[in-house]
This record gives sequence, structure tokens and C-alpha cells, in this order.
Amino acid sequence: MSDLSIHALPPVGMITLRGAMPVLTKAVTAVTGCDAPAMRMSTRAGDVTAMWMEPDEMMVVCTYDGANEMAGRLRVEMADDFATVAVVSDARQIFEINGTGGETLLAKLMPVDFAKLGATEVRRTRMAQIPAAVWRNSDGFQVMCFRSVADYATDLLHTVAPVGG
Amino acid sequence: MLILTCPNCGLAVEETELSPGGEAHLERFGPTSSDDAFEEYLFLRDNVKGVHFERWRHAYGCGKWFLAARDTATLQVFGTYSAQTKAPPPDILAAIKKGKNT
Amino acid sequence: MSRRLKTGGRLIDRSKPVEFTFDGKTMRGYEGDTLASALLANGQLVMGRSFKYHRPRSVVGSGPEEPNALMQIGAGGRFEPNQRATVQSLWNGLVARSQNAWPSLGFDIGRVNDLGARFLPAGFYYKTFMAPQPFWKHVFEPVIRKAAGLGAATTEPDADRYEFEYGFYDTLVVGGGIAGLTAALGAMRAGERVILVESRAEFGGRALVDGATIDGNDVVDWVKDAVQTLEDAENVRLISRCEGSGVYDHGYVLCTQDLTGFKADKSGPRERILRLRVGRVITATGAIERPLSFAGNDVPGVVLASAMRDFVANHGVGIGDRTVIVTNNDDAYRTAKVLLDAGLRVAAIVDARPDADSAIVNEIRALGVNVHLGRAIAKVHGNDRVTGVSICLQSGDGAVMQEIRCDAVAMSGGWSPVVHLWSHCGGKLWWDTDRAMFRPDPDHPPRGTDGNGFVVTAGMASGALTPAEVLSDAAKAVGSDVPHCDTVEEGGILPVWIMPDGAGPDLRAKMWLDYQNDVKVSDVRLAAQEGFESVEHAKRYTTLGMATDQGKLSNINGLAVLADRLDTTIPQVGTTTFRPPYTPITIGALAGEARGSVFQPLRKTPIHDWSEENGAYWEPVGHWRRAYCYPKSGESHEAAVAREVKNTREALGMLDASTLGKLLVRGPDAGKFLDMMYTNMMSTLKPGRCRYGLMCDENGFLIDDGVVARIDEDSWLCHTTTGGADRIHAWMEDWLQCEWWDWQVHVVNLTEQFAQIAVVGPKARAVLEKLGGMDVSAETLPFMAWADGRLGAFDVRVFRISFSGELSYEIAIPATKGAALWQALIDAGAEFGVMPYGTEALHIMRAEKGFIMIGDETDGTVIPQDLGLTWAISKKKDDYLGKRGQMRSEFQKADRWKLVGLETTDGSALEDGAYAIADGTNANGQRNVQGRVTSTYLSPTLNRGIAMGLVERGPDRIGEVIRFTRIGKNPVEAKIVDPVFFDPAGEKANV
Repeated sequence: MSDLSIHALPPVGMITLRGAMPVLTKAVTAVTGCDAPAMRMSTRAGDVTAMWMEPDEMMVVCTYDGANEMAGRLRVEMADDFATVAVVSDARQIFEINGTGGETLLAKLMPVDFAKLGATEVRRTRMAQIPAAVWRNSDGFQVMCFRSVADYATDLLHTVAPVGG
Repeated sequence: MLILTCPNCGLAVEETELSPGGEAHLERFGPTSSDDAFEEYLFLRDNVKGVHFERWRHAYGCGKWFLAARDTATLQVFGTYSAQTKAPPPDILAAIKKGKNT
Repeated sequence: MSRRLKTGGRLIDRSKPVEFTFDGKTMRGYEGDTLASALLANGQLVMGRSFKYHRPRSVVGSGPEEPNALMQIGAGGRFEPNQRATVQSLWNGLVARSQNAWPSLGFDIGRVNDLGARFLPAGFYYKTFMAPQPFWKHVFEPVIRKAAGLGAATTEPDADRYEFEYGFYDTLVVGGGIAGLTAALGAMRAGERVILVESRAEFGGRALVDGATIDGNDVVDWVKDAVQTLEDAENVRLISRCEGSGVYDHGYVLCTQDLTGFKADKSGPRERILRLRVGRVITATGAIERPLSFAGNDVPGVVLASAMRDFVANHGVGIGDRTVIVTNNDDAYRTAKVLLDAGLRVAAIVDARPDADSAIVNEIRALGVNVHLGRAIAKVHGNDRVTGVSICLQSGDGAVMQEIRCDAVAMSGGWSPVVHLWSHCGGKLWWDTDRAMFRPDPDHPPRGTDGNGFVVTAGMASGALTPAEVLSDAAKAVGSDVPHCDTVEEGGILPVWIMPDGAGPDLRAKMWLDYQNDVKVSDVRLAAQEGFESVEHAKRYTTLGMATDQGKLSNINGLAVLADRLDTTIPQVGTTTFRPPYTPITIGALAGEARGSVFQPLRKTPIHDWSEENGAYWEPVGHWRRAYCYPKSGESHEAAVAREVKNTREALGMLDASTLGKLLVRGPDAGKFLDMMYTNMMSTLKPGRCRYGLMCDENGFLIDDGVVARIDEDSWLCHTTTGGADRIHAWMEDWLQCEWWDWQVHVVNLTEQFAQIAVVGPKARAVLEKLGGMDVSAETLPFMAWADGRLGAFDVRVFRISFSGELSYEIAIPATKGAALWQALIDAGAEFGVMPYGTEALHIMRAEKGFIMIGDETDGTVIPQDLGLTWAISKKKDDYLGKRGQMRSEFQKADRWKLVGLETTDGSALEDGAYAIADGTNANGQRNVQGRVTSTYLSPTLNRGIAMGLVERGPDRIGEVIRFTRIGKNPVEAKIVDPVFFDPAGEKANV
């Protein structure tokens, strides 16, 4: 039997940052302690993750309850810059996929070359018919999609999971 | 199905992760323009057989637009480059010249 | 009589019998059989009927090229028509049925078509069914529909599921014969990421039947070693029962893997489509033997020489006891050898070549087989099976020299490389006159993203014939060392396109080219004679190569006949286009996982579950599901909608508005940017206030609308329509990234972050005040204002906006708390008579107020000025998207159709989309029109039909009565009125 498991995680704090990358990385480093993430990569400090999303966008992932406070500190840090901070903790759903065969499962849904997926890479892509992001997490993967399609994503992951998985 | 490399995030991705945006380097004509200039801007496209400069958006990825120089007949891609340019940059033009000579 | 031989059959396991049924009759085979070999073993030679003449047909090949032995496999939700018996593995319980025969395979009424064959030549249908028109519908079509088609489709839902797999490799090798294995080994040793797919269950290909010695080992052992080596390598993946289906741009390849079709256990997906992206494709797809064109070459028992020895060697099945072999090359002599080894008789070899004395020819002669050189088959005798052949001179006109009794004929017209995958994406071919075959031209390969070729052929697919040639070509394809294999000299081929050369019309009319579609030599000649000289035209006129086998056997022979008739050369005629897939793919496999609950993404709001539990009748809006109405038990949808409208107008209604787009637009240049995006002025909006805005494209056409709220000095929140959220977000980003990239503006799509609840009706303020918290009075929060605050236990943002004409608050709250706030409002609203309402009530209430709806009043040809929205278009701005477009002369015309209200004189509702009738007719004789209905409802508030429509000069014609079409009824009269039917002064919303 496969030990593959698929779990929907409870909401986490998410903060979208828009602005020039040097401005964002300076603020994120100061407020979260995370190093500046390289293109497509993420960095981590304690329970905070900083993800490179676009050339002028980062996402800070933190505790759900701490998101407003952290967003406030980021706003203060970038008060003099052209930058935008938005709390989006309610907009997305994260799934955790652990166990053997996680990569095989995701390869059925995403046009992603997993052999080339870096250890800290946040790969934004398509999962079947919806936008999604995928990254490695301890012995498996995490997959993120929009909240409104979370049920579709759940059905999708279970549909293509191996029998008994 | 094409593969293009998004210059904004460095990923080579397949067409299903992209959305097309038509011909690149069009000049916008506004309220003070003549009918002819406006028609040219809005409707007239070269539809070349050969090297085509075109707009693509990395829709299922970083969300950013970029431009590509691609041969519409052989599908050879001479390069992708920033959408924040008014004309094809020299390195792209050089690649086209080189590609066509071989 | 076809039968199972006492011994032999390398693929079958005689200790494992398998039971199956054919046309209801129980039969037995062995594990390792194909359906075709098992049927032959049971003496079932006739396996189907041809498409046009319903002639009895048996197998002609032994692989995917098979045109005749098409079966219906399975039952119920697993019923599949048109499956080739030659590649269908046998499994216990398999149910097979013949098709295209009525009432039965043995006695088929359609056979009368054959007796009238000379009345059904090429193009018969095109010529016959021209006129008169009524005949088509009532006479021809019903008859043709009954006669046309191959297998039937099932009416039950597919019981299986399917899936995709995305894969990335440096090298894909298609075909696991000795060429493919050699190429894969080379790529493996070069350290590449390699995938090898083989369509059959076992690797090794033809060489396992035909034999070879490679690197000093018997080919069987060499293959075993090669497969083991590849399996052990970490950088190689081997998949059997997986066909390379299509090669596409930039190294994209689809392969179709059979997962359960070959076995009784049907758990798991039925098929998987591998969507591969590879650096290069090596096509080691082998070659297909060509039939010879002689009269009666379709009689059951006439098979390809290679197929006949495959059945003997692989399955221990003999097709006949006494075989005549007819050939134009050496390869067919191998069949003689295999037959003799199996104890079967070879009655004669009829060789079209005037002389032949290579090693294998002499070897067979030495075994006592009678070889007739320079001879041809004039005619095959027999109807439902071969009983004998007449022999003639190949160079003559068919005068019979001798008759030979036999019960099978093995034919070989030479080999054609399988160039399909090479050609799918543009690889070119050249004609090799010596070998009489089209071969891939390595100088003109399909080209990839870097402009270099990405497909390489290997082995027989390149045109190699002997094992030594095959191995050398495959090694060259990957630049690896060539395995050693002795070269055996073989005699050449004599191209023979019809047999005999001088055959007259009677013989030509019985020489089949395309077996499945019943296209004969005479048909192709007729097409040429009637002017269909292009090979693509001749193909469509005759249907040559248009059957499910796509001409794998017939194309070369067909175009050779065409070339001969046109007195030109074969390369001059050229081939038809090779299109994917190589063999048919089921629709289910192409859909992948997308069926049932994952057919399409279904977007749900945070309040979706509440609505579901409370009886919502759903309507799809884009990918969203929105509640159309909330019918109570026993209530019709119409009644529910009317109740919801009345209750909202008289007391209190609640709408789940979460699907509305919510875009945060922020930055020093945000005001300037929004002034470009909207027709009205957004930069002058005061913080804390809202403004209704319109967006147009550069043509000037209205594309979206919604309320914009100014949050602070730098920030605006733009509401879009439900369908517009992603589209408008992308639209804004397009302009910011590609046109005004120096403007300092950020757009963040917050649509998914917030639930939005509309609390609507005279009691709306009372229910919010009951929850307590923020001040929602008219003084503090007037119409078109917004405020952040608390309602009960919830942090919210409240907008005083109205799409219904009632006192209305739209409350935004982070999505995860949306359902709780909704429930709190429902609870608090109970004493005020709260009821949820759906999208239809929303539509009716907005129509009563004359508010337009994007997609109803607009259709991509309508500018805001047509809709009386001039008030929302700033005259002060020099520019906005669409301004130049709206200045065009077409939009200045006085006779444009413009928005008005419509009231029928009898109070009924107009039909949706009905046209306003004008006098006279247009140039096409159609009635002139002067307008159309864009929205129409039965208003529960006014208790009569109300409608909005676009009418020529409409606003200038208020009070005029015009007529509107009704489907199947007389037109109805309606009066042109103001589009605002209810509360024109807007007093109800502004309280």
C-alpha cells in the first residue's frame, strides 16, 4: 500500500508585497529576518517564509493571526517607498502531499519538470485547469491554489492518486 | 506546442502556461490621431511568414508580459526579451541575423 | 483451414488457457494470444465486412496497420468499437463482436452492394446525391446513415478513467526493436535522461521472428540483455504497450499507454497519455509490409507474408495448410522457411522478378519448393476463403497459365518505413528508387526551438532492411558503437504496383488498394481520369487512405497507381500529409482526468455551502456557481424569484456578491491610470466615496462596469463584474507593463480574499444596527460612501451602493469569516423577514431600475453612448481607452440602435433576443429590423412584462409602438418607454 497522503492545511498568513525588489527585500529582511530570496526561490526564518513571486512581487507566509501585524510593520518599513502591502491570507488554500509517489501524482497534473525543481523553488504553474504553485516540503510537496477552487483541487488530487493512496 | 523562456522569471514553459498577445511594438494612437493612423494601430497587422515579434504573458506563472522573436514558418525562436522595450534589442536582432544565415 | 499448430508460438503459454466470446460464441485461446491469433486458432477466418461492399474480410496484417479485423470489444460502459484484433491482447472474459455486418457476419444483406460494385465507383456519392434537395433529407440521408459508419458507439457513460502524465527527457526512443534498443543504449551511455516506448507487450520487434546474430549472440538473448541493461539504468525508463502517437512543435510528443485494455483486471486508469517534452525524438518505428495488387487480393486467407510468419512463430497459428507465396522481393522467402519449419506446405512461390538466385531463394528451392519466376497471380479463387490461384506472366495481360490449389496466399510487395512520426511535424521524405520506398530525408528534419532538427530516424524507419543495416543506422543516430552483425546479401526488389503489368479493367476492378474503404485500382484510375490529379484530391475523391488505418497499407500502392495513370513518377505525385495520431486514440484518453467532478474547475464562494444547504438552484456564471434562486419546498423557480424580488423591495433581502471582482489599484500614478482605464474621472473621487465606472476597449466598446471606491490618497478599489475579475486584472497589467511602464501603479487582485454580502431592502439599515458596531446612518454613511468598521463581532468594510434601487449595503469581509457573517445577518434579519435572493432576482431588480448588465445590453458592438451612459463619460479628459474608437464616424450616425425601455401593450414579457420588425426587406430578401430586446423579465414589482432593448433612434421615439418577433407566434406590440421602470427619482436607495 502506498503511504501517500493529501491534506488541506488550515489557513496561514499571507502578505503580498509589490514594489522594486531591492525595496521589498530590504523590508522583508528587516521585518521577518528572512534572507532575500533569489528569482523563483524562497527563504525561511523561524515560521516565516519569503517567496519570490515576480520581478516586483514577493509573498510573505506567516501565522494567520500574525499577518495583520506583520503587514503593518512592512508598511511602516516601506512608508517612504513606492510599495504595496496587502494581506491575502484568505485568498488561497495550501495542500500538503507527503509520502512515496507525490512527484508521480503531481506530474499527472502539472507541466513541471520536477527533476529541475530546486529545493527552495516556488514553481508557479498550472494544475490541470487552474493556476497553482508547488514547492518541496520536508519529504513531500506543498501545492497552493485559490480558495474558490479548493474543492476542485481536492477532487483532482484524489482522482489521480494511485488506487489505495 | 511551443516552448518559450520567460525573461522575467527565467523559466522555459510550454504554451499552456502562457497566453498570447499578438504583434509586439505597436504604437498606440489616441484621440488626436488620424483615421489612417488609428486604423493601422487597431486593425492592421503584418501577419508575416518569417520572423515575427510578438507579445506573450506568462499567465500561469509570474504573470508578466514579455516579447518573443519567432519564425512563424519554422517556429525557431530567436529570443525572448523585456516587454518594456519600444523595438527589438540588438542581441535579438543579431540572433535573427545569425539564425537566418545558417 | 486456419488452426492452432501442435507446437510453436513463442508468445503463447499453452498451460494458461483463456476463454473469450466472439459474436456470442465461446472460444478458447492462450495467454499471449492476440484476439486475431485466437480467432484464427478457432478456425474463425472471416472477422469482418468491408465498409462499402460488405465483402467478407479476414486479417491481412499482424499489427497496428490492420485494416480489416476491426472488432467491438467489451460491453456496457467499457464497450469500444473499431478495435484492431491484431493488437488486442486476449484476456479471460473478453467479449468481442464483429461489426459492419447485418444481420450477421455470415449472412450480410449489404453484400448486394458488392454485386452492384460497378454501379458504386469512386465519387458515386458525390455524383449521385446532388439534387433534388428534398431527396437528400428524406431518401438518401436515412439510407446512407444506416449503411455508414463502422462500429456503433456505446450509449452508456465510460466506466473507466484516464489520466495524463507530463514528462521531460533528453531523448525519447519510439519503438523497442533492435534499432530502438541500440539507440536507447547509446543515449543511456551518454548519460542522458532517456525514455523508450514500445507499442507491443514485448521488446525486440521483428528481429525476434526473423532472427539475427548480434555481437555473437542470438537476437533473443541480445534483446533480453539489452532490456535488462536499460531497466537497470537509473537514467532510463522503459514502457511497453505504449505507442508514440504524435510529434508536435518544439519536441512535444504524445504517447498513449494502455494500462488495463489488455487484461481482465480493470482497476485503475484505462489509458494514460504521456505528454512529453524532449530534446530529441528517435523514431525506431520499423516498417510495414505492402500488399500486392492482384485480383482478389482481399479474399480471406490472403495475408501479408510477414503477418503469416508472425502468426506461426508468435502464436503457433497457421492460416492455411497449403500456401502460395507471391512476392517481388527476397523477404517473403522467410515466410516459406517458417511455414516449412512448422510442417505446413508451400504450394508455390510466385515471384514477379524475372530472376532471383540469392542465398535464401536457393535455400528454399533446395527444400523442394516450386518457385515460379517472372510470374504473377492473375486471380484468387474463392469467396469466403481462398481455394486457389491462377498464375500468369507478370509482364502479360493476365492470361492464365496454370491454376494452383491452395487455402492461403502470403503476399509481399516490399516494405515501407513507418515515417509518420518523422513527418508529423514537417520532416521531409525522398523516394529511393532502388528500394521502392519513401525514406526520411535527414537534411530536412522537423525543427525545434533552436532551429535544429529534433527528430532522428533509426533502423527500418530510416529505410534500413537487414539487421546489420538496422543496427548500424540506429547506432549512428546516437553516435554510439555499432553492434556487430553479419551482413547477409539479399536480392533486390522489383517494384510491382499492379499484377500483372498489363491487367485490364476487369482485373483492375478486383484489385484492392484500401481494404477497409473498398478502394480499388480502378477507382484511383478513375479519379485521375476525372481530373483529381493531386494526390490530396484523389484521396478525398476515392477515400483512399481515409479509413481508421489511415492508409498504412494502401497509400504507396495507391499513389503508384495514380502516378502510372498520370504518366509521371511516384515522387512527383508525392504523399498525402501524415497527421497524428499514428493509430486512433480514444476520446476518453484525450480528456485525461477531466470528467465528473473535475471536468472543469468549479469556483465556490465562502457562502456556497450555506446556499447548497438552503436549497439554492444553481446557475453557472463563468466557472462560478451562483444561486439563481432559493426555492422553498414545492415552489417553482419562477415563484421563488418573484417572492425574492418582492421581499427585497418590501422588507429585506441578502445576496452573495462574493464573485464580484475586487482589484486594489495603488500608487502615485493610480489616479492618472484609472482615468485612462475608465471613461469617467476617477482621480477626482474623494476618499471614502464610491463612483460607478465604465471600461471600454480601444474600439470604444463597453467591456466592463462596476463601482470604484477610493480608499485613500493613493489607493482605489475597483469592483468588476463576476466574469471580469481576471480579465480586467490582466487588462490593467497589460497596459501597465506594456504601455505605461514608467507609471507608478500596482494592481493587486483581492477577489478571492473577500466575501461580499449585499444586504438590501427597506430594513437593511435596521438589521445592521441590530448587529451593532459602526454607524451606518444616512448622515455618517450616505449613499455612494463606504467605511471600515465593526458589525457585531466582525471587522468589515461597508459600501453604500445599490444595484437594486433599494437601500443597500455591500459588506466585504475576509473570506474565511464570510459564512459566519452571512449566518449572523440571516439570524439577525429573521425578525425583519430576511430572505436570501439569487441572481435572477438581482437581474430583475436591476432591469426594473434600468441598470445595464455587461453581456446583456453589451455584446462587443455597443459603446456606452448607445446605452444612454453619456453621463458616465468624462468630457474633460483628453484621453481614455476607447475615446478614439468612439470618435469614429460609425458611432456618430443618427440611426444607431440605442437603449430604451419596452412595454408590451398586452402586459406580456417580450421574448429574449426578439427583433423589432421594420418595413420592407433587405438585399437578401430578409425582413428589415430596427432593434432587438437585450433584457426581458416579468416584473413581480410592476406585475407586467418589462424589457430593455436597443432600437434605432430609440430615445427619440419614446411613446411609439413597434412590433417584436415571437418564435412560432404572431409579432407582439410594444411601446418604447424610458428604461427606468421603477422609482425613477432614486428615492428608495438614497434614504
